Amino acid sequence: MTMVYDEALDVFEPVLGLETHVELGTASKMFCGCRTTFGAPPNTQVCPTCLALPGALPTANAMAIESTIRIGLALNCSIAEWCRFARKNYFYPDMPKNYQISQYDEPLCFDGYVDVEVDGETVRIEIERVHLEEDTGKSTHVGGATGRIHGADYSIVDYNRAGIPLVEIVTKPIPGTDRLAPEAARAYVTELREIMRSLGVSDVRMEEGSLRCDVNVSLMPRGASEWGTRTETKNVNSLRSVERAVRSEIERQAGVLAGGGKIVQETRHFHEDTGTTTSGRSKEEAQDYRYFPEPDLVPIAPDPAWVSELKATLPELPSVRRKRLQAEWGLSDLDMQAMRNADAIDLVEATVAVGAPPADARKWWMGELARRANETATPLADLPITPDDIARVTKLVTSGALNDKLAREVLEGVLAGEGTPDEVVEKRGLRIVNDEGELSAIIDQVLADNADVADKVRSGKLAAAGALVGGVMRASKGKADAARARQLILEKLGVSE
Amino acid sequence: MSLIRKTAAELGSMIAAGEVSSVEVTEAHLDRMAEVEPKVQAFLHVDRETTIEQARAVDTRLRAGEKLGPLAGVPIAHKDIFTTRDMPTTAASKILEGWRPPYDATVTRRLREAGLVILGKTNLDEFAMGSSTENSAYHTTRNPWDLTKVPGGSSGGSSAAVASYEAPLSTGTDTGGSIRQPASVTGIVGMKPTYGGSSRYGLIAFASSLDTPGPFARTVLDAALLQEAFSGHDPMDSTSVDAPVPSVVEAARHADVAGMRIGVVKELAGDGYQPGVLARYHEAVQLLESLGAKVVEVSCPSFTTALYAYYLVAPSECSSNLARFDAMRYGLRVGDDGTRSAEEVMALTRAAGFGPEVKRRIMLGTYALSSGYYDAYYGQAQKVRTVISREFEAAYEQADVLVSPTTPTTAFAIGERVDDPMAMYLADLCTIPSNMAGNAAISVPCGLADEDGLPVGLQIMAPVLADDRCYRVGAAVEQALESRWGGPLLKEAPSL
Repeated sequence: MTMVYDEALDVFEPVLGLETHVELGTASKMFCGCRTTFGAPPNTQVCPTCLALPGALPTANAMAIESTIRIGLALNCSIAEWCRFARKNYFYPDMPKNYQISQYDEPLCFDGYVDVEVDGETVRIEIERVHLEEDTGKSTHVGGATGRIHGADYSIVDYNRAGIPLVEIVTKPIPGTDRLAPEAARAYVTELREIMRSLGVSDVRMEEGSLRCDVNVSLMPRGASEWGTRTETKNVNSLRSVERAVRSEIERQAGVLAGGGKIVQETRHFHEDTGTTTSGRSKEEAQDYRYFPEPDLVPIAPDPAWVSELKATLPELPSVRRKRLQAEWGLSDLDMQAMRNADAIDLVEATVAVGAPPADARKWWMGELARRANETATPLADLPITPDDIARVTKLVTSGALNDKLAREVLEGVLAGEGTPDEVVEKRGLRIVNDEGELSAIIDQVLADNADVADKVRSGKLAAAGALVGGVMRASKGKADAARARQLILEKLGVSE
Repeated sequence: MSLIRKTAAELGSMIAAGEVSSVEVTEAHLDRMAEVEPKVQAFLHVDRETTIEQARAVDTRLRAGEKLGPLAGVPIAHKDIFTTRDMPTTAASKILEGWRPPYDATVTRRLREAGLVILGKTNLDEFAMGSSTENSAYHTTRNPWDLTKVPGGSSGGSSAAVASYEAPLSTGTDTGGSIRQPASVTGIVGMKPTYGGSSRYGLIAFASSLDTPGPFARTVLDAALLQEAFSGHDPMDSTSVDAPVPSVVEAARHADVAGMRIGVVKELAGDGYQPGVLARYHEAVQLLESLGAKVVEVSCPSFTTALYAYYLVAPSECSSNLARFDAMRYGLRVGDDGTRSAEEVMALTRAAGFGPEVKRRIMLGTYALSSGYYDAYYGQAQKVRTVISREFEAAYEQADVLVSPTTPTTAFAIGERVDDPMAMYLADLCTIPSNMAGNAAISVPCGLADEDGLPVGLQIMAPVLADDRCYRVGAAVEQALESRWGGPLLKEAPSL
């Protein structure tokens, strides 16, 4: 029995915890030289080391260590002066060595925080640790009903992902978000994602698994001081799912507790289709990972001077940048939030950078293009159109060469792969008709076809001129400059405004 | 003198001078193998054709004027724990039967590049766990001095091959004594370089923080030539040392100990040591003194606990290192009949593919690393390791090198210790401290025990990266003893 969210929150207070895995965008893997290109044919980006052939050894990727330290610094963490990798031992077919090289009690970064905005309030999320490890291969379970290993006919493994550097960011327990717990969880992951992007360390695509989230939730009766038993929900792979998973787990746990039951400390799986979680393996039967320091790798001892340099050269962080851009562009909080939700800030900024007025850049990205992205379920940034294209179209409109309707057609052409805006204008013949002779001929025809309307205008009913302008626009297939057409119509009919 | 009786240095010079071809030298050794291998059984894989092809290629390179190292054209036997592109690599385990690596270990690659010709892959205790080769999943190698005795282990195939003149040189690995102990009991030279001085890339791991590739040879100079040929920094091994080191070949040619301080380790002699071993050892110490060295006694109390700490560290690491043998990607696969899960196939394969000693150590290590036991076992063992290193450092303030018998006894009989793991483990009592500290240590022959007429080894230990001292002192002992004996010790081996 689940409990309705609002009722659940009348009785209980949630405590959250988030573990986020970020795949770094390094050119090579964490412990070998293999490429990391997403979507390569299975088992083509492998070598003795990442296949764990007998005798092969790991060597640490210096760029991945640097990226992890930069992430730690961006999250206001302390950076370890000396730390080691550790082996996490467990058997699974997609983990070639049957141990994962990770970090245990000596993480590279620790004790940080990140401020996120939830419903207009700033909430500080404390970071426990940021550590570096390697990803596993990817198993596909063939046959069976669930797509899980149990009940499958057989399984196949792609080791291309095995050994890709993975950064794990773990929060301290987050009490006090109350009714906004789902929103807070989402806001935190959103902020992390933007920080990763600003650092340029990962493409953070949740749909490709380069950012993955485990959500811990526990409930305690209102006013209690002792936290309840938590569950860990895995497989939460979109921002919306983060929010839904927290909400659903609160409802479920509240139902169990209200019915006098106990929460089992366990791993749960989130299901996108139903928005609910189901039980995975219980933590009580959890494995003993037998962590010990990785003897194949030397300790990491980052030079403090180098760390200071990395800190000094961090890019402007997203929260600071958002405030700056909002002021520069003169936008309301609501407008800025909408742009952020649509992942449009970078694109608008890039468009403005190549000369478009902010209002116009925002209008196109948040209007026509956001709609298109939504219809085709494509991230805005993945549409086949660039900030340069938008800036060019804006310029053509400002100069009077296009009107908004034509501009939309140009964008459509660009999205359809017909070339640059100028090429589309050329190919589709979309320039505004500004040849006076041509326009004059069209107007004469319209006036002749609509003699009754023309008479009304002549007799002073200027409001009727709109219909004539409309006729001109139709006849010119929208290419006429409407303002100029109106001017000429009035002239021809011998009336003035 | 026949080609097989020559040293590697001599063979290298003769080949370089064009007096003999690599093919001739190689064939001489292959013929010797054909003759004695049925008795000694040092090898797991031999492929005459591939070997002669390699020798022919080296001859071609040399005739073309290519500048190769001093060992170009000289044949070598590799412990079957180094990966080789053109020969199977099994670590003497059923779990890797028939596996052909797609890549060469750094040691085998460098020696190939230096023009050495691979005679075959030698037998060992499965995954280098043992002191007799009796833990090999394939067969037990015999000691050429007495075919009823073990050749030592784990690198017993490599020691027997060199001691029986099947190969002038061989490679081994030393995790707790696996080069020095077999060298000692077969009357040859075996060196454990400084940890990190030779690359572990392509060496099938037993205990990563201890495993060290090293050379076997019949002379100190040959061992030095071999070590120099495969040593040096390797970017593929993160623990490989990237620092300049003194030439071991020069040290082996500089057989002079006058003024050197020799530290006799008090704890590594006495009760439990075979009298004949102690007698030869004490003579060797006196010999060094007579050569102008200053002998001092040093005390390293923790060395007596090193064995116990070792049997926590090594099994712990091995329990993790051997997890990769899971039937998924290579090697043996048992029970994959379409009804069993991956987990079941893994379990069945490991149950069938690993021998009893390997399983024993995996279980020991799994236990020692378990949550709740880690601090008491693995953690504590690492602390002992630190203490051992400190005691070594203190001892090296008093002495330039430390000496001890290499092993408490001469070669024991095949079957004698198979049912008594503790007795087997004691064979490494004197060698383990150097592994725990990562020091360099060599074993050189120092005579035959009176009781059984079997070889005794002198262990010479030196600080990290001071491998040259082992060779310098080893060469002095060798020179003095050979002039006393009128030639190499091996000359006296009855079955050779």
